Amino acid sequence: MSESTEARLSVFKTYKLYVGGKFPRSESGRVYEVNDAKGNWLANAPLSSRKDARDAVVAARKAFGGWAGATAYLRGQILYRVAEMLEGRREQFVREVQDAEGLSKAKAAAVVDAAIDRWVWYAGWTDKIAQVAGGGNPVAGPFFNLSSPEPTGVVTIVAPQDSSFLGLVSVLAPVIATGNTAVVVAAEDRPLPALSLAEVLATSDVPGGVVNILSGRTAEIAAPLAAHQDVNAIDLAGADEQLAKELEVAAADNLKRVLRPQPVDWSADPGTSRLTAFLETKTVWHPTGSLGSGGSSY
Amino acid sequence: MPPVPKSDKPAKGEKKARAKAGEQTERAGKAPAAREATASFADVTSSDATLRRFLHGLPGVDTVGLEARAAALGTRSIKTTAKAYAIDLAISMIDLTTLEGADTAGKVRALGAKAVNPDPTDRTTPKTAAVCVYPDMVATAKEAVAGSGVKVASVATAFPAGRAALGVKLADTKDAVAAGADEIDMVIDRGAFLAGHYMKVYEEIRAVKEACGDARLKVIFETGELSTYDNIRRASWIGMIAGADFIKTSTGKVGVNATPANTLLMLEAVRDFRAQTGVQVGVKPAGGIRSTKDAIKFLVLVNETAGPDWLDNHWFRFGASSLLNDLLMQRQKLATGRYSGPDYVTVD
Repeated sequence: MSESTEARLSVFKTYKLYVGGKFPRSESGRVYEVNDAKGNWLANAPLSSRKDARDAVVAARKAFGGWAGATAYLRGQILYRVAEMLEGRREQFVREVQDAEGLSKAKAAAVVDAAIDRWVWYAGWTDKIAQVAGGGNPVAGPFFNLSSPEPTGVVTIVAPQDSSFLGLVSVLAPVIATGNTAVVVAAEDRPLPALSLAEVLATSDVPGGVVNILSGRTAEIAAPLAAHQDVNAIDLAGADEQLAKELEVAAADNLKRVLRPQPVDWSADPGTSRLTAFLETKTVWHPTGSLGSGGSSY
Repeated sequence: MPPVPKSDKPAKGEKKARAKAGEQTERAGKAPAAREATASFADVTSSDATLRRFLHGLPGVDTVGLEARAAALGTRSIKTTAKAYAIDLAISMIDLTTLEGADTAGKVRALGAKAVNPDPTDRTTPKTAAVCVYPDMVATAKEAVAGSGVKVASVATAFPAGRAALGVKLADTKDAVAAGADEIDMVIDRGAFLAGHYMKVYEEIRAVKEACGDARLKVIFETGELSTYDNIRRASWIGMIAGADFIKTSTGKVGVNATPANTLLMLEAVRDFRAQTGVQVGVKPAGGIRSTKDAIKFLVLVNETAGPDWLDNHWFRFGASSLLNDLLMQRQKLATGRYSGPDYVTVD
């Protein structure tokens, strides 16, 4: 290394939360140490409190109308833009995934590529899911009957603890692709890829508040979110058995939609189950007029 | 020449006098005391020149100091039982307001129902102090809150601009009182005030006060249009001398509404006025107060500036509509431990 580089002061990155399109510190002012897979200190991440969770829900609720109301085509374009931005910062994510998960550089690169491909894959689904999950229903009567899938609302995502980037993308992208807004509780010990993803989202036309990312103790942040009356659904992907049970009990109070944790191979084809998990079916009956003995009146 | 009011904290010796004054100003005996106070300023209000001299002789406001004090008082941390007390107090101080061109009788009735029973899921929630409507809606509002103890306040005097002839303003006021309004919110003539015609402003408040009869009069200064803190202090004194029962910051119709600093200034004015005359005047910040946190900051200002005597909905009000929902959600959070959402309070 040349002398001039050694003389530079090191510039550490301050990781921050992502709430309502802004990058605030935790309201509590707390941080915690994040180590790499070998136990070496990497950075300090904000240790969110329940108030940060509350603020994130307010931001997500505020963003919901606009995001759910946007055309599926526009959402697809925006998600594709996220993939473009990820591609541009590929090296950074490879390094962060490598540190977080202790992978070799080649394996980390493969994980990041898979994650980018997944964004693109879900981006393509935005304007196609309605045809798969909805459609015309044959009914016994003079009605034209249509079902269309609608987003559930504000979804809390407890991100997978092991797969800090591919796993995160695999749970986040399907939630926002269908028009929900998300409050993400990043992997407790490996939050850095998630916090960096926030920077990508902020620069790729995703409206502020559509995705909110919190780092900290999973149990501490997820509990108030599970009990929150203004959260419509919770994905427990990253909760262990004990925590998942507690959160499900708390979520029962306002009949939240709950997606239970299950063993998932994040690199495998995800299918559409995560897209449909946070959709509500709206069915419309429309009279077709009287059908006389001669058949249709039109 | 009456003594010049002090802008700083009252001296120790005044405490006893203030306590005595407090007795004098018990609710029933309020009206004669106010008239006496007005009378004691007779030499000040004898001519435009004397009134101007008095108002311009008021101590100048230390802008930096005022804002710093308001900001410092806003940093108090109010938690648990104190917070629960503050939330209930704030709910009981709300003038639940709807002042839209699109107001319908149905909307006013809905508002009345909400004022009487803000949280239908929790009957221990206190009532709000009043509903505040346009004069033509007073009768509807009165009917909606009948028998509940919730008062009906009506804006009057060509609200919000106040740009009408005195006769029209008085007719507006009398109309609202005749319809059963318990309180009248009038606007001062800001044009006259800013042009320096203080006497005109004073006479107008006097005339409206006459027209109010038994209804309590709130005088709105529209602080956002008065430009300077000195002007707010002068307007406060004109209002109090003229016999206002309440001084109120704003209409809620302009860009700058109630701020902690201008409310603090008005609280200092009512404190000094009582120290000097023994007459207690209420304060009502209105507009722009939307969150529980803001409301609690104002309550801290009241307690630390005017004192606990004003921590009552007879002497302090919030002019607000969306604030109530936030207070109710916070109240539900304290009761259940779960964060509540806008689906669990009524939409208005």
